[in-house]
Amino acid sequence: MAYNSKPAHHEEYQRKQHREEMKHQVLTFALMILFTFIAFGMVIMEVDTYFIIPTLIILAIVQVAFQLYYFMHMKNKGHDMPALMMYGGAAVALLTIITFTTLIWW
Amino acid sequence: MSHEDVLNPTKLPHDPEKATLEGKNKFLAFWFFLGGETVLFASLFGTYLALNGSTQGENTPEHLFGLELVFIMTMLLLTSSLTSVYAMYHMKNHDFGKMQKWLGITVALGFAFLGFEIYEFYHYIHEYGFTFRSSAFGSAFYTLVGFHGGHVLFGLSWIVTLMIRNQKRGLNLYNAPKFYIASLYWHFIDVVWVFIFTVVYLMGKVG
Repeated sequence: MAYNSKPAHHEEYQRKQHREEMKHQVLTFALMILFTFIAFGMVIMEVDTYFIIPTLIILAIVQVAFQLYYFMHMKNKGHDMPALMMYGGAAVALLTIITFTTLIWW
Repeated sequence: MSHEDVLNPTKLPHDPEKATLEGKNKFLAFWFFLGGETVLFASLFGTYLALNGSTQGENTPEHLFGLELVFIMTMLLLTSSLTSVYAMYHMKNHDFGKMQKWLGITVALGFAFLGFEIYEFYHYIHEYGFTFRSSAFGSAFYTLVGFHGGHVLFGLSWIVTLMIRNQKRGLNLYNAPKFYIASLYWHFIDVVWVFIFTVVYLMGKVG
């Protein structure tokens, strides 16, 4: 086994890498909490209606991007196929929502 | 790699979830599945957005929803997403005990979320008489939010089953992909919830 002969300092290096990544993930979590507070705060304080809905949607998209890239590791190597699947899914999803709403609203 | 190396590895590799061909296949196939789930939820969101104005009376989104409850539920699910990140962090450092502990916290938060959701539906039905059959809005609302709740319940059963089944085995190259994929599913549940609290509850309150 290739991984059986790994030297000890390599192991230490990897643990350090994991710690580093974990730090980024905790920071991501703090930002996600912040975005949630902003979104709820805007609705509770009744900010101007024209401006509020696009802002809420953008906040949600950013939060989801954080979740996918940091929590689900899509930013890491070897995630080209996952990215293709998710962007493919998102593209069809957008088309589906546009179709359903326009069918009924117009 | 022999069968014995997979089940009782003397030393685990850096990425135990992707060290075997089976693990790599599970990883890819699961992301494929999540792409499909995105489209499934999009069709439910599309239906909801199209029908949320057809309320047949005074049970409108603005009248029904209470943001305090939704805020608590959001915090519970968001935190459970972080605790499952911690679980995977310990998996990568090959610490099975700590991984199980963090998964346990994730499951507890998930059940708390589910409890609030059941309370919410109960409240709508008994206080407001707002049911699946009340209006097109009612059908669209319960289908979308209920489908997400069903995913939460499935995710919880999945993680609990994995935890119990592998309790005495410890971490190996056979079960590491299973834990990793269950945690991806759990994150995806949170991804869907972000859109639910934004589109259904917050946009519902704005009107």
